[in-house]
Amino acid sequence: MLEVSALESRYGRIPALKGIDLAVRAGELVALVGANGAGKTTLLRALSGVQRVSGGRVRYEGADITNAPPERRVRLGIVQVPEGRQVFGPLSVEDNLRLGGYTRRAAESASTLERVYAMFPVLRQRRQAPAGTLSGGQQQMLAISRALMARPRLLLLDEPSMGLAPRLVEEIFACVQGLRAADTAIFLVDQNARAALAIADRGYVLETGRIVLAGSGAELLADASVQAAYLGL
Amino acid sequence: MSPQLLQYLLSGLTVGAIYALVALGFSIIYNASNVINFAQGEFVMIGGMTTVSLIAAGLPLALAALLAIAATTLVGLALEKLAVERVRSESVVTLIIITIGASILLRGLASLVWDKNLHALPAFSGERPIALGGATIVPQSLWVVGVTLVVVAALWWFFNRTLHGKAMLATSHNRLAAQLVGISVRRVLLVSFGLSAALGALAGILIAPITFTAWDVGVMLGLKGFAAAVLGGLGSGPGAVIGGLALGLLEALSAGYVSSAYKDVIAFGIMLAVLVLMPGGLLGRRSVERV
Ligand SMILES: Nc1ncnc2c1ncn2[C@@H]1O[C@H](COP(=O)(O)OP(=O)(O)OP(=O)(O)O)[C@@H](O)[C@H]1O
Ligand SMILES: [Mg+2]
Repeated sequence: MLEVSALESRYGRIPALKGIDLAVRAGELVALVGANGAGKTTLLRALSGVQRVSGGRVRYEGADITNAPPERRVRLGIVQVPEGRQVFGPLSVEDNLRLGGYTRRAAESASTLERVYAMFPVLRQRRQAPAGTLSGGQQQMLAISRALMARPRLLLLDEPSMGLAPRLVEEIFACVQGLRAADTAIFLVDQNARAALAIADRGYVLETGRIVLAGSGAELLADASVQAAYLGL
Repeated sequence: MSPQLLQYLLSGLTVGAIYALVALGFSIIYNASNVINFAQGEFVMIGGMTTVSLIAAGLPLALAALLAIAATTLVGLALEKLAVERVRSESVVTLIIITIGASILLRGLASLVWDKNLHALPAFSGERPIALGGATIVPQSLWVVGVTLVVVAALWWFFNRTLHGKAMLATSHNRLAAQLVGISVRRVLLVSFGLSAALGALAGILIAPITFTAWDVGVMLGLKGFAAAVLGGLGSGPGAVIGGLALGLLEALSAGYVSSAYKDVIAFGIMLAVLVLMPGGLLGRRSVERV
């Protein structure tokens, strides 16, 4: 579904991605782990099109989208949930969701909205509230729901559990697994490497802009270097 | 209320409505791009001058006004496409300087295409003043205030009741998130310039029968519109309207009770005082953090 080859990106002169090769197949849950500053966010931003790339290729369903603008990728089904939620604070919860469906037809958005409310009833309860007044966990649910409104076929998740209480982290991970079960491919970045790899079909390890290790979720969980660096064993 | 005070209020309201339209143009572009478009006043001038020319060429007023608004909108779109969009990655300051350059260029072109004389536009429905509680009001003032009301209501509806309008607001709140939900930020920018140009042109056409128009009327009207936008809170729609009306009333009252020679000084003085006390403007939400 998604094939990335030799992808490079830089901030000014400083390279952040130094030749990334990876793939995500349809319906797969792929985790990306790496230390702070490894380039995980940069990679996701490059995939969603909000980050310039300086080399390499991104192909999606056979088409080259390396330089496609973000709105086209959303229409194609690649949707990113950004790090730090980034809800439209002054707008209502429901407006945030409707904007999530900006690229979809009104009728389709209305039915997705019902599904999203069924998944997160608290969002329905607070649908008139300004998004900025929600708690951190609710904002994360809103950020994910807003992305779901675009009907993603490949969902890019950047640190969905950041700053959340353990109970909420579980809820978010259960939701991610539910989405995969419903056939949405997921590319997941999370500082909770253990939990991410545990639910992943496959994983990649990113170190200073390079993929240094790849394998199934179970293989990476059992890998001594991964255990030492990311699992605190 | 003394007839005299009423008279000042009516004239303040008229000119305030014009400032409000210009201020809305500033705020719409600011919201989309954080750019203060100093060519906003030139949109006002192009609207008025083009209408004058089209009427001279024999077109009826309504058609001339519509074509002038369309032409000015094209100028606004061209400014965005040819200048602002080309340097998207540059800093906001660079973009602001580009709009200053564009305003000088447009003024220069106007003095060539037209001339440096004052031009009058006929009033939309006669010049006979209407008596109102001891004061009088020219019919054109009713046009100015009435059309402004309709436009403000339409803009409110667009930004608060339609998905495309909300998408433009969302872009001003969080550009990254807007891109990630599939809003084309380039399109938002383009629409903002087009809409602001149309609003400017409309203001220029409405006011021309009262104050005349000329190649350089955009300088003062642009400045006043900017002051009104800042007074109300840059980026706030209701703020632009309130700021425009407040500035217009302040001016009219200063001219009436003190001296018309000092009206600008007094109006700007009060505006500065408000800003010292409330740096975000009367209804500002975040101009402080943004500038
Ligand atoms: N806007 C920016 N300007 C300059 N350098 C940046 C910028 N954003 C990130 N970087 C640098 O690029 C590198 C990769 O950053 P990135 O945010 O992609 O890492 P990350 O793996 O997501 O880290 P974290 O776990 O902290 O979220 C880092 O060295 C970072 O300092
Ligand atoms: Mg990150």
